[in-house]
Amino acid sequence: MSGPLQDWKSQKKPFAAVASAPVFWLTLFFIAPMTIVWLYSFGQNAGQADIDISGTLDNYKRAIEWLYLSIFLKSFAVAALTTLICLIIGFPVAMAITFAAPKWRPWLLLGIMLPFWTNLLIRTYALMALMGTNGYMNKGLGGLWEGASWLRTLVGMQPLEAWTPVQLLYNNFAVVLGLVYVHLPFMVLPLYSALDRLDKSLIEASLDLGAGHFKTFIQVVVPLAAPGIVAGVMITLIPALGAYLTPDLMGGTDSQMIANVIERQFKRANDWPFGAALSFLLIYAMFILIALQSMRSSKVKEAG
Amino acid sequence: MFNRTAIAPLEYTRKLWMRSWVGLTILFLYAPLIVLMIFSFNDSKRNVMWKGFTLKYYEKALNNDSLVEAMVNSLTIAFFATIVSLVIGALAAVMLWRFRFPFKGLVEGTMSLPIIVPEICLGVAFLIFFAKVDWPSDLPWPLNLSAITIAHITFCFPFVAMVVRARLASFNKEEEEAAKDLGATEWQAFRDVLLPHLKPSLVAGALLAFTLSLDDFVITFFTSGPDTITFPVKVYSMVRFSVTPEVNAASTILIVLTVALTFIALKYQGVKGISDAH
Repeated sequence: MSGPLQDWKSQKKPFAAVASAPVFWLTLFFIAPMTIVWLYSFGQNAGQADIDISGTLDNYKRAIEWLYLSIFLKSFAVAALTTLICLIIGFPVAMAITFAAPKWRPWLLLGIMLPFWTNLLIRTYALMALMGTNGYMNKGLGGLWEGASWLRTLVGMQPLEAWTPVQLLYNNFAVVLGLVYVHLPFMVLPLYSALDRLDKSLIEASLDLGAGHFKTFIQVVVPLAAPGIVAGVMITLIPALGAYLTPDLMGGTDSQMIANVIERQFKRANDWPFGAALSFLLIYAMFILIALQSMRSSKVKEAG
Repeated sequence: MFNRTAIAPLEYTRKLWMRSWVGLTILFLYAPLIVLMIFSFNDSKRNVMWKGFTLKYYEKALNNDSLVEAMVNSLTIAFFATIVSLVIGALAAVMLWRFRFPFKGLVEGTMSLPIIVPEICLGVAFLIFFAKVDWPSDLPWPLNLSAITIAHITFCFPFVAMVVRARLASFNKEEEEAAKDLGATEWQAFRDVLLPHLKPSLVAGALLAFTLSLDDFVITFFTSGPDTITFPVKVYSMVRFSVTPEVNAASTILIVLTVALTFIALKYQGVKGISDAH
């Protein structure tokens, strides 16, 4: 930033000109709606369309019953697994982009980013079409199965029984796969920007001094890329935790996540105060994650 | 690609396993979309076997009034949401960049909240809010889209502000002071000096807002009524209840539109801009 900040008091008119619209919008169309949800979470249904904000804590008490707590925990486990898979797939990809020839780099990045710009619903739908019982994934698995069966006959064993299509969709596996598919670009970009800033001569030094590629990776690359890893984990974990569409479309009856439970309170179950309480618990969970991250990064700053 | 020189230690990208890994990842990301686009031309009700080339599902999609209406709604909402987000986002960025004022940290933190708060929570917040204030739902088109547009602006403008603020960091304040010394008014200095500097970030921010708005399903799902269906909401109900090849055709149109917009953005920023942006 160049030049000092101006004090608003010395520039009242220009300040009012730029500040009024954003502050007005944020107050009326963000803070006000969120405040109403927060107030509703302390209320109870009174009649058909009325909600009585009585200050009760019943909604929160109900939200921490095992039924709902287990869904919270399960959502967290699914989001964490998704993040881990994204990290494992994404790290080599980010490395490859970083060390690619300069003329290839932007095109590889574009290749990762383009699906991210494509409509989420279309991407989910396209993946579902591929995973259906008649889809190509099943055909591919069927081909592998027949290959294995043929190999067995080669060594004189009984062939396997005929391939029956497996149900790939509507289960927890489909949800995790769908979430990985959707969130992978989120992970690659921060990893790339951390690796890009890394001083390559440190890797060379490590290799020259006799460490192997794997040892260099674990002891040099990963620690130096840590801020990017943390950023990538956060940027994947947070939206995955609140995912609605993927578990709704690709999940089965037992794979609903917290967002699906919230949606049900506002549509079918029509219990707005309880839904409001669940929403705020989800928001608090996000805040805790972000607080943990900023605590960690301030610790790193102190140490460095 | 078929460079015969020996692979240097740091040329990880030239190693076979690394290339296969990237290739497989790209395949994973693109295969579903490409299969969907190919089968939108398939002359068969079911998506599995290739039966021959046809454009009939495009014709059907374009003759499906409710689908076209949903698309028009989506584009209208994205258009207005982009304009308003651009103005509010740019103003917010200038405010945070230029002034010192009380509770600045709080304002800045609150502004990043719409990005962090889960979509589902923002969606229910707007559902409750518009129900509470009795927002009229029977207005003539396009005013009946106002509730959705407002919701979209709320989550789009912080992104615009972020992009514009990154660009403001490279602005030399002396240029503005020089303009004022030479007699420009506050407004003239803003219009003729600051705004031209911001132009690339305004284009990028506008495209970002447009895509975010066009893409949004969850928040729209909670704010839309029976007369205000957007494209994602329409596709959602079609996918849920009856999968038809029309969805493939309509999706292909939207994918092509997105890719075209991305390449327009690239023309403005240059391909190199992608790797420099980080």
